[in-house]
Amino acid sequence: MTYGTLTEAEARDLRLLAGIMIPASSAHGVPGANDELIFADILQSLERDTADARIALKHLAGLAGSAFADLVPERRTEVAMRFKQEGGAPLFSLNRVVLLCYYRDDRVMRALGQEPRSPFPKGHVVEQGDWSLLDPVKKRPPMWRRA
Amino acid sequence: MHGKVDVLIIGSGASGAAVAWSLADTKMRILCLEQGDWVKPTDYPTNGRNWEARLFGDFAINPNRRARETDYPINNGTSPIQVVNFNGVGGSTIMYTAHYPRLHPSDFRVKTLDGVAADWPVDYATLEPFFAENDRMTGVAGLEGDPAYPHHVLPMPPLPLGKTGKCFGEAMNRLGWHWWPSDSAIATTEYDGRAPCINLGHCTPGCAQGAKASTDVTYWPHALRAGVELRTRARVREVTVGPDGLASGAIYYDADGQEHFQPAEMVIVACNGIGTPRLLLNSVSGRFPNGIANSSGLVGRNLMFHPFAHTYGYVDEPIDGNIGAQLSLWSQEFYETDRARGFVRGYTLQLHRGAGTIVDAIANTARGFLPWGEAHHDVYRTLFNRKLGLSAICEDLPEEHNRVTLDPVLKDSNGIPAPRIDYTLSDNTKKMISHGVARSKDILEAAGAKNIGGEAPMLNAGWHLMGTARMGTDPERSVVNEWGRSHDVKNLFVVDGSIWVTSGGVNPTSTIQALALYIADSIKQRLANATLFD
Repeated sequence: MTYGTLTEAEARDLRLLAGIMIPASSAHGVPGANDELIFADILQSLERDTADARIALKHLAGLAGSAFADLVPERRTEVAMRFKQEGGAPLFSLNRVVLLCYYRDDRVMRALGQEPRSPFPKGHVVEQGDWSLLDPVKKRPPMWRRA
Repeated sequence: MHGKVDVLIIGSGASGAAVAWSLADTKMRILCLEQGDWVKPTDYPTNGRNWEARLFGDFAINPNRRARETDYPINNGTSPIQVVNFNGVGGSTIMYTAHYPRLHPSDFRVKTLDGVAADWPVDYATLEPFFAENDRMTGVAGLEGDPAYPHHVLPMPPLPLGKTGKCFGEAMNRLGWHWWPSDSAIATTEYDGRAPCINLGHCTPGCAQGAKASTDVTYWPHALRAGVELRTRARVREVTVGPDGLASGAIYYDADGQEHFQPAEMVIVACNGIGTPRLLLNSVSGRFPNGIANSSGLVGRNLMFHPFAHTYGYVDEPIDGNIGAQLSLWSQEFYETDRARGFVRGYTLQLHRGAGTIVDAIANTARGFLPWGEAHHDVYRTLFNRKLGLSAICEDLPEEHNRVTLDPVLKDSNGIPAPRIDYTLSDNTKKMISHGVARSKDILEAAGAKNIGGEAPMLNAGWHLMGTARMGTDPERSVVNEWGRSHDVKNLFVVDGSIWVTSGGVNPTSTIQALALYIADSIKQRLANATLFD
């Protein structure tokens, strides 16, 4: 299945928007969503959401009055915040792709204390826990109705 | 034209697999047609770094979003609950949570006990040996002694409690409410050639380890070894009828779109509560102009979901997050009818673990918690791995206006009319949902959670598909009889969730499979005394 690709202008707007959604943080030691590697992942991962992304970016350009990327930074932030309120389902789809690429980046995962790896084959350890917590429930009489 | 088989099963999911295995010992020629593919363990998302992203792509629970070649589209109309499923060998057990409660004895006697809906023509005691057999074939983990159920033995110990379970357990004990480790269709020890669970995370998108009991790794290996044939990429368009009024076989399309006719002595439909009425309604003939087995007009009617009321909150310290099975504890505190609550029947509370980094971020964005800009990082860190969630899985009583019909426009890739859903929530269900949300909030507060919110009913949660070809003894009020045979066509059977009379308030797979084994046993008994088609 083919989903199409963004135009250069759309991609430029999206990259700046992604950087507003999730900016880099030196305090947390993480890149922003406009980071080169992360943004390349975003562009490759739009897939089923490409149509929604284009609708959202058209809406954004409309709010900007021209190319979003050509606005001065203060105005960009202002337009982005209005877009956040008005963007609806297409923006949610676009935001989802940004998040799913950002939160699988090795640097971001390490900063969250997560191992950047697939779950299989190593898996995880869940503590068995103290089953004596169930003792009060075990003392209860049968709760089910005979029928 | 293919050679005639003795038994043609349509659908290889929870019920189709169970009935195929059970009938295999008759040595009849048994063929199962499945529209999807086998899913290889290496295909599952948890093999890769993009495992969470694939939950929104080729392993999305909603077939309209997933849109694989092997899926069919569904027009959900204005239903507040959308159908979710999986099409492939194992059916929706590939993508279920493996939460595996049985119906309770009272669920089979709703009319007698509570004066609503109708009683089932079978009861818990009749199904009990089939529950036990199914638990053994499936490999179920859990803890004996739950006061909410008649005593039953489980083959494996329960899933671990973990930090999230401890949080819930302490909260429930403070309130004095019932909770218990769930019966889970997940191997916690080596079992029947399957490796034990290693806590890959949520079980929904399939289990790369093979610990989760989807029927491709439980019933099917045994059925295939016993001689059953399973033909994949075979999408059935209609069940055909011979001049004698009996089912003569089925017409299906292969992966290349070529049409085939498969003749059979008897046909067993196992396509779930949406796929089965769709197939029966598409099976139109001169004798059955409104669809096969539909003289009652009830095929497609009485659709029941389980409306899910999801409530969540966040605790201060990190808990399990996505590590471990999503569901491993339940509460039946509010299961049995108490009219003082303002509604009849009740619900199970499922107690959830959290989500992975991505799903957490997306969910918290949808909830309006996660801002854009510098504050994003700080807020994310106060929420990540701190979520406690509960779902009230509410009993949905049958109503004829809730139904599956054929969409006049929408078709699948083979041109077969797609199902259309018309569904609304009843007042009883709405009251039950409100009660479930309120009690869930009580639990979250007892656990010290903050930022409590929820979604009720959950939109993308039409997992449990029931009632659309109900069983009963009266041909005017039911589609199949008390052992799954069509009232109208004496060699046509339905064995999936379609035949449920009422929905109970639990995940249905265990009971669907026990019922399928019971029907298979009924078929075998009547084969033995030559009364099967009487």
